Amino acid sequence: MTATMSSTPNARRLSRRRRVLALCAGSVGLVSAGLASALLTSGAAQAQTELLNVSYDPTRELYKEINAAFIEEWKAKTGETVTVRAAHGGSGSQARTVIDGIPADVVTLGIPSDIDAISRLSKKIPADWRTKLPNEGLPYTSTVVFLVRKGNPKGVKDWGDLVKPDVKVITPNPKTSAGGRWNFLAAWGYAYEKEGKNVDKANAFVGQLYKQVPVLDTGARGSTVTFAQRGLGDVLPTWENEAYLVFDEFGRDKFDVVVPPTSIYAEPPVALVDANVDKKGTRKQAEAYLQFLYTDKAQAIFAKHHYRPIKREAAKPEHLAQLPELKLFKIEDLQGNWDDIQKKNFDNGGLFDQLSKPPQ
Amino acid sequence: MSSASATTQPPARAGSVVTEGFAVRALLIGIAVVFLALFLVLPLVTVFIQAFAKGWSAYLAAFSEVDARSAIRLTLLTAAIAVPFNLVFGIMASWAIAKFEFRGKNLLVTLIDLPFSVSPVVSGLIYVLVFGAQGLLGPWLLEHDIQIIFAVPGIVLATIFVTFPFVARQLIPLMQEQGTAEEEAALTLGASGWHAFRTVTLPNIRWGLLYSVLLCNARAMGEFGAVSVVSGHIRGLTNTLPLHVEILYNEYNFVASFAVASLLAGLALVTLLVKSLLEWRFSAEIAAGARRH
Repeated sequence: MTATMSSTPNARRLSRRRRVLALCAGSVGLVSAGLASALLTSGAAQAQTELLNVSYDPTRELYKEINAAFIEEWKAKTGETVTVRAAHGGSGSQARTVIDGIPADVVTLGIPSDIDAISRLSKKIPADWRTKLPNEGLPYTSTVVFLVRKGNPKGVKDWGDLVKPDVKVITPNPKTSAGGRWNFLAAWGYAYEKEGKNVDKANAFVGQLYKQVPVLDTGARGSTVTFAQRGLGDVLPTWENEAYLVFDEFGRDKFDVVVPPTSIYAEPPVALVDANVDKKGTRKQAEAYLQFLYTDKAQAIFAKHHYRPIKREAAKPEHLAQLPELKLFKIEDLQGNWDDIQKKNFDNGGLFDQLSKPPQ
Repeated sequence: MSSASATTQPPARAGSVVTEGFAVRALLIGIAVVFLALFLVLPLVTVFIQAFAKGWSAYLAAFSEVDARSAIRLTLLTAAIAVPFNLVFGIMASWAIAKFEFRGKNLLVTLIDLPFSVSPVVSGLIYVLVFGAQGLLGPWLLEHDIQIIFAVPGIVLATIFVTFPFVARQLIPLMQEQGTAEEEAALTLGASGWHAFRTVTLPNIRWGLLYSVLLCNARAMGEFGAVSVVSGHIRGLTNTLPLHVEILYNEYNFVASFAVASLLAGLALVTLLVKSLLEWRFSAEIAAGARRH
């Protein structure tokens, strides 16, 4: 390096200075080029219709396929090219972003009470959203099953086994995650039926269960990564679709899926965000998108991704074969309407808060 | 006013005053090296190993994806706005603090430090509380069809907030140490304020300035917490590189996730390299600049 330097110190300083100047000018040029290209491309993207689907955590792979199918069909039908963007996260936190103003055209969340919350707190969705689409806004349903380590070393067969003394359970936080709430309600419903409809005993069962949870992630996907990638815990009660996804991603030689004899009828609903689509002028496309979820094509995609389609005849038999028959109960039948279910269990001071209070 | 020591001083004069025996020194150095290897080098190496786990083509494929490109673009855009903003603000603030006396100066210094002491999540949440639909300015923004949160402006704002102190914190002690004598001389010789700033102040602080811009830029591109809160995580629209890394990781796309992470790690390495290079090449000038007055 020193060999290339000029001999006098002054000249050396000058050439250094020039080099630094060139460096600065170069980086400024680079940055402005980046800026210009970013502005140009964002301008181009805005020319066509864009839909935003704000969804819950485990549906990432599902909506990638659904969106591609819808874009193709909409183009064939109307000649218009739409872009469907997706945002994923814990269902409760996603509802929060819609309330705080994310310009979602449709929401596809994990539990009805999250859409109720948007409706109640922001008025962007009418209170009677359940009546706007077939099957109370449920294009598919799901349930909760168990993912365990290969060979099921802790012998987990049913909900009662989750509170065995040496079993560690991984489940997301019911405050932020829909999957977490279904797990909570499923465990409660199981104990309620088992204990002869005794509320106190059901509460105690759920309380014991959450004492055996070492990590509460904010979303279902976070819990899956904790269990499958980081290797924590013995059992992951989770969305049926999420359990099978782990199978496909990590190989079937590491995990087993255990289907308990009874579980919950999980209802992940969809709704139009009326206030946003009217503002953006995307009502027509957004409504078509939601209707598309009820078509045979979309129903087949749901089944392929291990969701339970409401039109079973549209799904391929081999996909249906992977959705085992089990006894499913509706939490509404045990606890009443969704306002009550949410308030009693998950709102501040509700059952979950009482149970997770440290013992006095 | 306590004059802080110049932060840019290279660690040149060391060694001779140490009286500890060889064994103690070796032990202390050994512990430091092992600690660094375990907690810094190893994770960094892991990033690159994971990124190249499936070879070059898988590595490059991670960057040809549309969402990855948009994340890179957004990150560059954010830094391109936040860094110049903080550069100008930082120079102005440290100029005012170092060269003038006024009431509330200590309060201003404390406020500039605030973003360092506040958790990034809080930094993001305050913008949601101010600009969100339910926030202070929410209804007004809604009426005028201005989207700040869950869009690029919110991300830029949050980034500016967390990178606020970098330039000012570096320059304030430097300028305070240099005092006002040289500027006063320039002014008495008839230079305009701007001229004095350009020809006297700026050359005196240029190395400190360059460091702080480098660090500011590294943080602006790497910020996760605050940006995560205001982003809304819309794919191809409001995800920066760090957010994109998390999304890929959560989709079991580990190679792509670490490939993008390696880009950020590379940025950090380049920042460090340039910083050390500057320190090494210009150590004499930096020392002279600090000593001159």
